[in-house]
Amino acid sequence: MDILPILSTLRRHKLTSWLLILEIALTCAIVCNAVFLIGQRLQRMDMPSGVAEHELLQIQVADVTSPSNPYARLAEDMAALRQVPGVLSVASSNEVPFGNSSSNGNIRLDPAQPERTLNATTYFGENLVQTLGPRLVSGRDLQSDDFVDVEAALKGLSTGDSKSLPHVTLITQTLAERLWPGQNPLGRIIYLTPTVGLRVVGVLDSLARPNAYDQAKAQYSMVVPLRMGADKDLSYLIRARPEDRANVLAAALVALKKVDPQRVVTMQRSFDEVRRKFFQDDRAMAGMLVGVIVALLIVTALGIVGLASFWVAQRRRTIGVRRALGATRGNILHYFQTENFVLATFGIALGMVLAYGVNLFLMSHYELPRLPGIYFPVGAVLLWLIGQLAVLGPALRAAAVPPVVATRSV
Amino acid sequence: MFTYYLELALRSLKRSPGLTALMVLTIAFGVAASMTTYSVFRAVSGDPIPWKSSKLFVPQIDMWGPNGRGSDGEPPDAMDYNDAVTLMRDHRARLQSAMYQISPSIVPADASKHPINVSGHAVYSEFFPMLDVPFLYGSGWSTDDDTQRAAVVVISSKLNQKLFGGSNSVGKTVNVEGKDYRVVGVLNDWNPQPRFFDVVNSGGFSTGVEDVFLPFQRAISVGIPNDGNTNCNAVPTESGFVGLQHSACVWIAYMAELDDAAAVIAYKQYLDGYAHDAQQSGRFGWAPNNRLRDLPAWLDNQHVVPSDTKVSLLVALGLLLACLVNTAGLLLAKFLRRSSEIGVRRALGAPRMAIYAQFLVEAGMIGLAGGVLGLLLTGVGVASVGWVLPKDIAALARVDISLLLITLLVAVIATTLAGLYPTFRASRVQPAWQLKSN
Repeated sequence: MDILPILSTLRRHKLTSWLLILEIALTCAIVCNAVFLIGQRLQRMDMPSGVAEHELLQIQVADVTSPSNPYARLAEDMAALRQVPGVLSVASSNEVPFGNSSSNGNIRLDPAQPERTLNATTYFGENLVQTLGPRLVSGRDLQSDDFVDVEAALKGLSTGDSKSLPHVTLITQTLAERLWPGQNPLGRIIYLTPTVGLRVVGVLDSLARPNAYDQAKAQYSMVVPLRMGADKDLSYLIRARPEDRANVLAAALVALKKVDPQRVVTMQRSFDEVRRKFFQDDRAMAGMLVGVIVALLIVTALGIVGLASFWVAQRRRTIGVRRALGATRGNILHYFQTENFVLATFGIALGMVLAYGVNLFLMSHYELPRLPGIYFPVGAVLLWLIGQLAVLGPALRAAAVPPVVATRSV
Repeated sequence: MFTYYLELALRSLKRSPGLTALMVLTIAFGVAASMTTYSVFRAVSGDPIPWKSSKLFVPQIDMWGPNGRGSDGEPPDAMDYNDAVTLMRDHRARLQSAMYQISPSIVPADASKHPINVSGHAVYSEFFPMLDVPFLYGSGWSTDDDTQRAAVVVISSKLNQKLFGGSNSVGKTVNVEGKDYRVVGVLNDWNPQPRFFDVVNSGGFSTGVEDVFLPFQRAISVGIPNDGNTNCNAVPTESGFVGLQHSACVWIAYMAELDDAAAVIAYKQYLDGYAHDAQQSGRFGWAPNNRLRDLPAWLDNQHVVPSDTKVSLLVALGLLLACLVNTAGLLLAKFLRRSSEIGVRRALGAPRMAIYAQFLVEAGMIGLAGGVLGLLLTGVGVASVGWVLPKDIAALARVDISLLLITLLVAVIATTLAGLYPTFRASRVQPAWQLKSN
C-alpha cells in the first residue's frame, strides 16, 4: 500500500488528524505511566513476609486490672492457648510482619562507632521462630536458656550487670549480607548499645519488618531472646491449619476470657488480614489506575470510531470514484487501515515523549523511579491494536460503498 | 434568538443520536472521574480549623541532636516527657497543651456488661478553648483540675449515648481503668479530619472517634500508658510507663496558640533560649535546631495528604483532558459535516457571530447533558470510592452543593472550550464555495 497518497490526504485534514494524534499521544502517555505505577504497586504487594501466612492468627488483649505478675499471666495464657484443639504452636511477640507497630533499634558493628550502621527491627517473644515459620538457613534457633526478662534486661542495662542482658540474636539473610557482605555472619557481634553486644547464632531466610515501607530495608529484622510479660501491646500468635483457623480463633478467645473474664480483646485477626490491611492503599491505587486505563482506552477507541465514521461519510464520493476506477474492496479497506496506522504511529511517537515527560515530573515530585524502556514498545503495540480494532467497523463500511455512488451528483 | 439556537441545536443533536450519545458519555466519563478524585482530594487537603489554623503552632525541639535527625535535618516530630512538661510549666503561649494518646477500658456501672475499650487523649485544660472544641453539655475542666490531677473526664456524645442514654451526664461518674471519674463535659459531634492536634499518632485521618479526654497529669499519675507511637533514639534505662517518662523517647504531641507575629517571634526566641540553656548545661551537645510551624505548614510537613491522592487527581485530570480532546475531534467532525447548512445560512445573511452563537450553544448543550450524566456518575463514584480507597479516607468524600455546581460548570465550560475551535472552523466556511458544490 502506497503511503504517499494517504499523507497528502491527511495534509488536507490537518486539524482532525492532529486531534486524533493528540488523543492517541495523551492516551499513550497516561497508559504507559499508569501501567508502570500499577506494576510498582503489585510488586510491593508481593513483598515476602517470611512467615506461614495462611496458618497464623494474632490476638491482643487488654486487662482492666493489671495482673500482679505479668510473667505468670503470660505463662497461664500461653498454656491455656496450647490446650485449644487445633493449635499447632503458640508464641508471644512484640510485633508481627506488616503489623505497622514496631520496635526498632540502631545497629552498630563497633561499640565506639559514633553513627549507627543501620536501623533494624527487633522481634522479641517466646517460641517465635517455630510459630511464625521462617526457615533457619544456618546456625541454631534461640533456646530457652538464652531468654531473659525485659525488666531484668533494662535493670541490667542501667546497672551495667551484663548477666541479665541478652547475648545472642537471629538475623535475616538480607541483614547478614548487608552487614558482612560475602562473609559468614555466625559468631559475629552486633551492638544495640555500647554495652549490649549480641552474637549472631542463626540466620533466617526471610522475616519482614512490621514497618516495611521501604522495600530495600523491609528485611532488616532480628530476633532477640527477650521475654515480655502479659501486656496490651503483646500479641499472642497462634499457628493452626488454614481450615481450622476460624474455629481455633473462637476457641482461643474463650480460653483467654476464662483466664480473666474482665479482659477486653483489642485485636483478633488472621495474618491474611494483616497483609490485606498493610497493603490496602497499594491495592486501592492499583485498582483505581486499572479503572482509569480501561476508561481511557474505551474513550480513545470510541473517539477513533467517531472520527473514522465521519471521514468515511465525507469521502463516500471519492471512494465511489476509486471503486469505479477499479479499486477492490480490499484496497479501500486497507486504505483506511493504513491511514489509522500512520496516525497511530505519529500519536505513539508523540506519546512516548509525553510519557517520558510525565515520568520525569512524577519522579521529581513523588519519588518514583524511572520508567523502564519495556513500557514503550508494549504501550505502542497496545495502541496500534486498539486503533486497528476501532477503525475496522468504519473501514468495512467504506469498503461496502458501491462504485455507482460515483455517478450520483449528491 | 437564544431559544432559536437551542431549538437548532436540539434538532441537530437528534439527527445523529449515536454521535451525540458518544460525546455526552465521553464528557460524563471524564468529568465524573475527575470530580470523584477531586472530592477525595478536597476532603483530605482541607483545612480542619480554617478560622484559626494560622494561629496554631507546633513546636519541635531537637533533643536528639545530629544523630537522631532525619535525612533532611529535621528534629523529632514529637516531644519527650521532660521537654513537654517544662514547656507547659513555662506557659509562654496564650493557650497550649501537651497531649498523648490513650486507650483505656471503661467499666460499665451495670456489672453484667463487658468493659469496653475506648480511645482518646490525655490533655491540659487549655486544649478545649484552644481548639474551639464544641460542648453539648458542661465544659472542659479548669486549670486547678490540671494541677490537682483531678479525677474528671470529658466524653464524646457517642460514649454519652452508650453509657447514659444521651442524657445530660455532667456530674455523674464513669469508671475508667478501675477508677471513678466525674464527667465535666460532653462533646458535641467533634471529629475533625485530619486529626490535626495529633497528626503523628493518627497519621492524619482516623475512622475512630475520640471518646475520652483526661487531664494530662492525672493520666500520668495513675499510669494510663501511651497508646500512640513511641520513638526512641536509645534504649530507655528503666522499664514501663514510668521509665518512658524518664527517657529521651518522644511520644507527646504539643500545640500552642500564638495570636500575632510578635507572639510567634517571642515564642521562637523562647524555644531557642531553651535549647541554648540545654546546650550550656551540657544536656545538648549541639546548637539549637528547633522548628515552629503553623498548622497548615505542619500538616504539609507531615505529608498528611497522601501522595497517592495527588497522583490519582493528576491521573483523573489526564483522563478529563483526553476526553476533551476526543470531544473536540467529534465536534469538529460533526460541525464540518454541516458545511453546506452553514453556507446556506451565511448566504442568507447570517453574520459570523450568529454561526458562533449557534454552534457554541450546541457545544454547551452537550456539555450540560454530559455534566448531568457526569453528576450521576460522580454520585456513584463517591459512593463506591470506599471499594478502592482506604476506609478512613473514603469516608470523607462527600457530594454537596458546591461539588454539584463545580461538576456542572466544569462540564459546560470544558465542552464549550472543546467546541471553540470546531466553531471557529465552521464560521470560516465560504458560503459561495459550499453553495456551488451542491
